[in-house]
Amino acid sequence: MTNVLVCVKRVPDSSSEVVLTDDGQSVDGRYAGFTMSAHEECAVEIAAQVTSGGDEATVLTLGDADAVEQLRASLAVGCTAATHVVADPQRFGPADVAREIAVVVRDHEAQGRSHDLVLLGNDAADSGDFQVGIRLAYELGRPVVNGVNTVTVADGVVTATGSGPDGHETYRVPLPAVVTILEGGVQPRYPTVPGRMKAKKVPIEERTPAAEPTGPKRVRLLLPPPAPSNVEILGTGPEAAPAVVDVLEKLGVLAR
Amino acid sequence: MILVLVETDASGAIEVSREALTFARSLGDAGGGIPVDAVVVGDVADALRDQLATYGVRTVHRVTGDAFTSYAGAAWAAAVQEARRQAGSVVVMAAGTPRGNEVIAHVAAREGVAMAANVLSFGGLAPFVVTRQVVGGAALEEMRLDERPAVFTVAGHAVEAQPAPARADAALVDCAPAVSESDLVARVVSTEEPEPDLSGSLRSARVVIGAGRGAGSADGFKDLLELTDLLGGSLGVSRVVTSLGWRPHHEQVGQTGSRISPDLYIPCGISGAIQHWAGCSSAKSILAINTDAEAPMVTKATYAVIGDLHEVVPAINEEIRRRQG
Amino acid sequence: MATVPSTARAVVIGAGIVGNSLVHHLARLGWRDIVQIDKGPLPNPGGSTGHASNFIFPVDHSREITDLTLDSVRQYQEMGVFTQSGGFELARTPERMEELRRRMSSAKAWGIEAHLVDPDFVKEKVPFIETDQFIGAFWTPSVGVVDSLRAGTIMRENALATGALTVVPNVEVTGLDTEEDAAGRRRITRVRTTGGDIEAETVVIACGVWSPKIGDMAGISIPLTPAVHQMISVGPCPQLAEQEGEISFPIVRDMDTFCYERQHGADMEVGSYAHRAILHEPEDIPSIEQAKLSPTEMPFTSDDFDPQLEQAYELMPELLGAEGAEMRYAINGLLSLTCDGNPILGESEVRGLWTAAAVWIKEGPGVGRAVAEWMTNGHPEIDVNASDISRFHQHQKRREHTRLRTTEAFIKTYGIIHPSEQYESDRGQRLSPMHESQKKLGAFFYETAGWERPHWYESNAHLLDVYGDAVMPREHEWDSRWWSPIINAEHLRMREAAGVIDLSAFCIFDIEGPGALESVQRTCVAQCDVAVGKVIYTPVLDAAGGFRSDLTVMRLGDDVFRVVTGGAHGMADRKWFEDQLVSDPDGAGATTLTDRTDAVSTIGLWGPRARDILASLTGDDVSDEGFGFLTCREIQVKGVPVLASRISYVGELGWELYVPMDQAAELWETLLEAGGPVGAVPVGIGVYGTTGRIEKGYRAYGYELDGERSIVEAGMQRPKVKVADFVGREAYLRQRDEAPAAVLCTMTVDDHTSASGVKRYMLGGEPILTRDGETLTDGHGHHPYVTSAGSAPSLGKHVLMAYLPPDQATVGNRLAVSYMEELYPVTVGSVDATGLLDPTNERIR
Repeated sequence: MTNVLVCVKRVPDSSSEVVLTDDGQSVDGRYAGFTMSAHEECAVEIAAQVTSGGDEATVLTLGDADAVEQLRASLAVGCTAATHVVADPQRFGPADVAREIAVVVRDHEAQGRSHDLVLLGNDAADSGDFQVGIRLAYELGRPVVNGVNTVTVADGVVTATGSGPDGHETYRVPLPAVVTILEGGVQPRYPTVPGRMKAKKVPIEERTPAAEPTGPKRVRLLLPPPAPSNVEILGTGPEAAPAVVDVLEKLGVLAR
Repeated sequence: MILVLVETDASGAIEVSREALTFARSLGDAGGGIPVDAVVVGDVADALRDQLATYGVRTVHRVTGDAFTSYAGAAWAAAVQEARRQAGSVVVMAAGTPRGNEVIAHVAAREGVAMAANVLSFGGLAPFVVTRQVVGGAALEEMRLDERPAVFTVAGHAVEAQPAPARADAALVDCAPAVSESDLVARVVSTEEPEPDLSGSLRSARVVIGAGRGAGSADGFKDLLELTDLLGGSLGVSRVVTSLGWRPHHEQVGQTGSRISPDLYIPCGISGAIQHWAGCSSAKSILAINTDAEAPMVTKATYAVIGDLHEVVPAINEEIRRRQG
Repeated sequence: MATVPSTARAVVIGAGIVGNSLVHHLARLGWRDIVQIDKGPLPNPGGSTGHASNFIFPVDHSREITDLTLDSVRQYQEMGVFTQSGGFELARTPERMEELRRRMSSAKAWGIEAHLVDPDFVKEKVPFIETDQFIGAFWTPSVGVVDSLRAGTIMRENALATGALTVVPNVEVTGLDTEEDAAGRRRITRVRTTGGDIEAETVVIACGVWSPKIGDMAGISIPLTPAVHQMISVGPCPQLAEQEGEISFPIVRDMDTFCYERQHGADMEVGSYAHRAILHEPEDIPSIEQAKLSPTEMPFTSDDFDPQLEQAYELMPELLGAEGAEMRYAINGLLSLTCDGNPILGESEVRGLWTAAAVWIKEGPGVGRAVAEWMTNGHPEIDVNASDISRFHQHQKRREHTRLRTTEAFIKTYGIIHPSEQYESDRGQRLSPMHESQKKLGAFFYETAGWERPHWYESNAHLLDVYGDAVMPREHEWDSRWWSPIINAEHLRMREAAGVIDLSAFCIFDIEGPGALESVQRTCVAQCDVAVGKVIYTPVLDAAGGFRSDLTVMRLGDDVFRVVTGGAHGMADRKWFEDQLVSDPDGAGATTLTDRTDAVSTIGLWGPRARDILASLTGDDVSDEGFGFLTCREIQVKGVPVLASRISYVGELGWELYVPMDQAAELWETLLEAGGPVGAVPVGIGVYGTTGRIEKGYRAYGYELDGERSIVEAGMQRPKVKVADFVGREAYLRQRDEAPAAVLCTMTVDDHTSASGVKRYMLGGEPILTRDGETLTDGHGHHPYVTSAGSAPSLGKHVLMAYLPPDQATVGNRLAVSYMEELYPVTVGSVDATGLLDPTNERIR
C-alpha cells in the first residue's frame, strides 16, 4: 500500500506569448487559459501509476477558487481524492506554500491518511522557484529526491531515477519521502470521458490556510524584449539542396 | 564575503559556474571590493585551482570525505553551510544548474531564508534586488533578497564567463562539515551511462520529418519517407493528414498527437498552425520547407527553404545519396 | 513585414471562408485589381473557419438560409471538398418529435429529402448509439462535411489564377478612411494597414468575429458578438479508427441535449450549444501570439461542458468510453452571433464599404456568391434581405442589444422555436405615446423594430362571448401559442363597427427638394407624378424585377413626398431610397431624405363606423365626395392637427392618421372615446398584420413578396406600366410578356380535423401538395409552401397563401397542406390579388 499526495499549482498556460496582469504581479491567463506545469502533469501520472492497484492518490493545490479546475483535471487522470487550500496564491511565497502543504500532510496523518510519498513538480511553471519540495521535506523531516523522472515503489522503498551530470542516476529512499519530478520519464495521459465524469463526483476537501503568509519577495514582473525571427533562408526550390545537406552535416544528423 | 558553489567536470569548473564566479565578482565590486570564495566538492586539482585563481577566487573551500563519494543534495548543502561559516559569507550562490538550484534550495531551507533561482542581474544592493527568469524565461521577476545570507542561483548565460583583471590567491582550505545520517538518506546509489533510445519512435527520434497537407495525397509521402530513411529519423504528420486517412494516427505531431523534441525537425509543407506548433516547439532546430515565406513555421524556424516540398525533398535526397557515395 | 499595393479596385479584408469565397466570385464576375488582406497567416489565419466543425445540415426553417446553404453545398461539391455522411437529428421527447415533424414541413417545402425514422434505423447506421436514449430521429441523407480551409485555398487560388487578385497575409488593418460627398453621405476612400495604405472605393469587411472592431474604424456598426461554442475531441476510438477517411458514420445532432457528435477520423467530436452564453468583445480576442491555439480557440472551460459530456456518454457509451479514447482537444471556439440569428451582409451606410460577416461554414460560399453578385449587379440571385446590414435600427446597433439578445437566444440554437416567439430581453426600446394607455387595456405586446406593439387587448376579452365560435378558437397548444382568439374577436368587431390601431412602428421618411419627384419616380413602380394630396400604393423592385419592398407614398407638395413603410423593413427601404436620390438636378439644390419616424405617430381608424367617428371629431369634410379613397390632407381632429390618409390594409373604410408624436396619445384617447358608443374598440396588430389583410388577399413583404418574386407572379400587375423609367422596369416589362412560372393563390382549409381528432391550424411554411400528398413543382423548380397563414373570421375559414404551379392555379382546385406530417384538404379560392372577402371592395368606399 502506498498513499501518495501529489501537489499541483494552477498556472497560466505559457506556451504562447506571455501577458502580464495590469498590476505586474502575475501572468494573465485570460487568453491562453490555465494549466499545471508539465512536471506536475508527470507527477500526477506517476501518482496514478504508483497507486494503480487501488491505493489513495490525493491531489492538493493551494490556489483560488478556480484552481478546482486543476484538481478535477488530476482526478480525471487517476487521482482519487483532492484537497484544496483556498487562498490567493500570489500572496504565498515558496516557504509559505511548503508550510501549508506540511500542515495538510500532518492533519491527514492525524486522520489516519498517512501520505508516504509526496510528489511535486521540480518547479512551478510560472514562479520557477525550484524549492517548494525541498522546503517541504525539511518541514516534514523527510528525505527529498529532487528532479527525477521515474518513480517506483516497492517494499516501502521508493526508487527514483533521473539524469545527472554524470549519467543516469538512481536513488533508493525509504518511505516516507518527498520526490520532485522533472518531465520526460512518463507520458501524462489525457482524461477519458468516464474519467472526467468520475472526477466530477469526487468530493473536494476545502481548507483555509493554516497561517498568514510571509509572502513572495516579488517587486514586480517584467517582459523581456521580443525575440526577432532568426530564420536563415537556405535558398529557394531544389537548388537549395546542397545548402540543406550542409546544415544536416553541421548538425550531425546524417546517418552513417 | 561571497561564496560560490562551483561545479566541476574533467576540464575544471564548468562554464556556468565560471559565469557565476564572474557574476559574483561584479557583485563584490559593486559592494566595494567584497572578496569571492569558492566551495568545491571533491578534489581540487592544480589546474582547477589555477583556473579559480584567474577568476579572482580568494579562497577555495575543498570538501572531501566519505559523505561525498556520491551525490546527496542535503550533504552538499551542509558543506556549503560549513564553507560559509568558514568564510563568513553574506551571499551564497551557485550556477542555476539542476544541481546548483537543488543544493542552494537546501541551503535556503536550512538557513531559513529566501532563495532566488535563475538570477540574471542585480539592481540595488540596499535593499538587494535581483532580476531573475520566471515562466521558463518568458518573463522576468524583480525580487528582494533582504535576508542574510542572500541565497540565489545565476541563470545560465546571464553573463559571459570572464577571468578577473587580476589573479587572486585561490588559497586552498579544507572544509569538513558534520554530515548527519539523515542528510545522506537521499543520495545517488548508482550512476549509469544513459541507454541510447534506438526505438525510432516519434517522441524520442533525433530527427523528425514533418508532413502536412502539402503532401497532396496518401501517395505523396514517397520522397518524405525516403528522406526519413536517409536520416534515420521518424515521420511526423499534422492533424489533417491523419484526418484524411493518409497516415496513421500514431504519426501525428501536435496538440492532439505526440509532442516531439528532436535535435532537428524538418516540417515540409506545414504552415505551422498553432496546434501543430504546440507539438514541435521543443525541437532544438527546425528546418522548414514551405512555399510561403510568411508561414509561421518559416518565421519560427532556424533554417528554411522556400519551395514546393515535391521539388525540394527529392533534390535533398539525391544530394545526400551523392555525398554518401 | 509584408507590404500592400497602394491602390485597388476592391479590398477584401479577411481570408476565412467568406473572404476567400468573395474574392473567387468577384474575380469570376469580372472584377480586377482585387486585394485581399488578413492579419493572420495562410491558409489558416486563425479565425472561426480554422476550428469549425465543418458539417452541414441543409434543412433550416428559413428559406433564405436554406438557399444559401444549398448553394454552398453545390459549390463545395464542385470543389471536391464535400463528403456526404448523412445526418440524424434525434428526439428524446414527444415535443421534439413534433418539432421534427415541423422540420419535415420545411424539408418538403425546400425540396430536400428527409425522413422521420425510428431508433433502430439510426442504430443500423450508427451502431454505437444507445437506442433507449431517444424515441425517433429526422434523417437527412444529404448531410455532409466539408474542408472549409481547403475550399478557401481553392477559391483564393482560382482568383489568383485569373490575375485579378493580390493576397497579402500577415497585415493588420489599422484604420478605414472615409470622406463626405456633396450630399453629406460618407464614402470609403482608404484602408490603412500595418503594411501600408490602400486607396480603394470598394472595401468588404469579411472579418468574422473581428468585424465589429473593423467596422468601428469607419464609424459603422456591425452588430455581432463573438460567442463561445464548446467542442471536445475524443479519440482515438477503435470503432472509428478502423474506418477509412475522415467520416464514415452519419453525424448525430442530439437536439434535446443541444449537442452533436461528429466523427473526425479516429476521433469523435462532441460539440455543445447547451452551456451558458459565453460572450466576448472583439477587442478582447487574443492576438495570434497571445493565443495558446488560435485566437478563436479560447481556453476550454470544462465545468460548462461536464453536463453535456454525461449526456453524450449516455448516448454513445461504448464509443466515448472505449479503451484508449481520450479527450485530447477541447476548445471554447468563437463564432459570430447576431441579434436575430441572421448574417450581416451588404453595403453599409458608408458608400463602398460592404460587410459579409456572421456567416457560418454552411452558408460561406453561398454568401460569397450573393454578395459578389450584389456588388456587381446591385442585387443577388438569392434574396438575402433578412441578412441585409441596412435592416438594423438604431437600438439594434448597440453592442448591448446584441449581447442581451444572443444571451437569450444561444440556448435556442437547437431549441424548439415557435414561429411567433418573441424575445424577452432588451424590450421596451421604443414606446408609442399610447403605451401606458395600452398597458391599462391589457395589451399583449409583440415587438417590431424595437417598438412595443399590442398584438391584442385583453380588454376585448368580453367580445369572445359576443362572437362565440366565430372567433375560431384553437384547441392545440402549439397552434394557439403566441395567439389569442381575442384577435379574431377584435377583427369581427372592426368589420362590424370600427377598430383603432396603433401604427407607430411605421417608418416614415420625407423626400424633399427639386429632385424629389424624379427620386420617387425612379424608385417606385407606380406613377408618382400625381396631384398633390394623392396616396400611392406601390411595389419597389430591384433591377431584376424582384421585390425590394411594397409601400405607400403620399404627395404632400410639388417637391415633397412622404414614404410610409413597415417598421421591420423600414431601414432597408430608407437606404434603398437614399441610394436612388437625385442629389442636385441642374444645380437646383439638394434633395434630401428626412427620417420622421420618431416625430410622427400613426393611428389607424377603420370599419363601417369610421367615418361617423371621425366626422364627430372634425369640422372638415370626410365624406366620400369630400375625402376620396387614396387621397390625403391635413385636418383638425378636436384641435389636433392630423395628416389623414384614406387608405386601408384591412379592407375597410377608414384612415391612417399621422399625428405629431407628442399629440398622439391625445388623439388615441379621443378616437376611443368617440368610437366607444358606436362599438369601436382598440384593435391589435394580430388583425392588422394577418386576419384583416389575409381576407383581402393583401400581400406582405417578407412573406409573399421578396427578391425572388415578380409582380406578375404575385398577381399585382396593373393594365399599364408608367412611361417614366424606374428600377426594374425593363425586367418587369419582360415578365409581363412571359407566362409566370408560379402564381400566388389564396386557399382555404376545408377540414382541420387531425387523425387524433384535434383540429389543427397551420401557421405558415407548410408544403402544399396534391390531395394525394404528391409533390408539386413550379416553373422555377420550387415547391409550393404557405407564405402566410391565418384566420379569416369574417369568412369562418383558415386562409393560406402560396405560390402554386400555374397549372394548379385555378379557383376551386382541390389540393392539400401537410402540417405536422398529416394532410389537410384545401381549396384554391383566388388566383390573383382579388380578396376572398368583399372582392369588389365595397366596404372600403
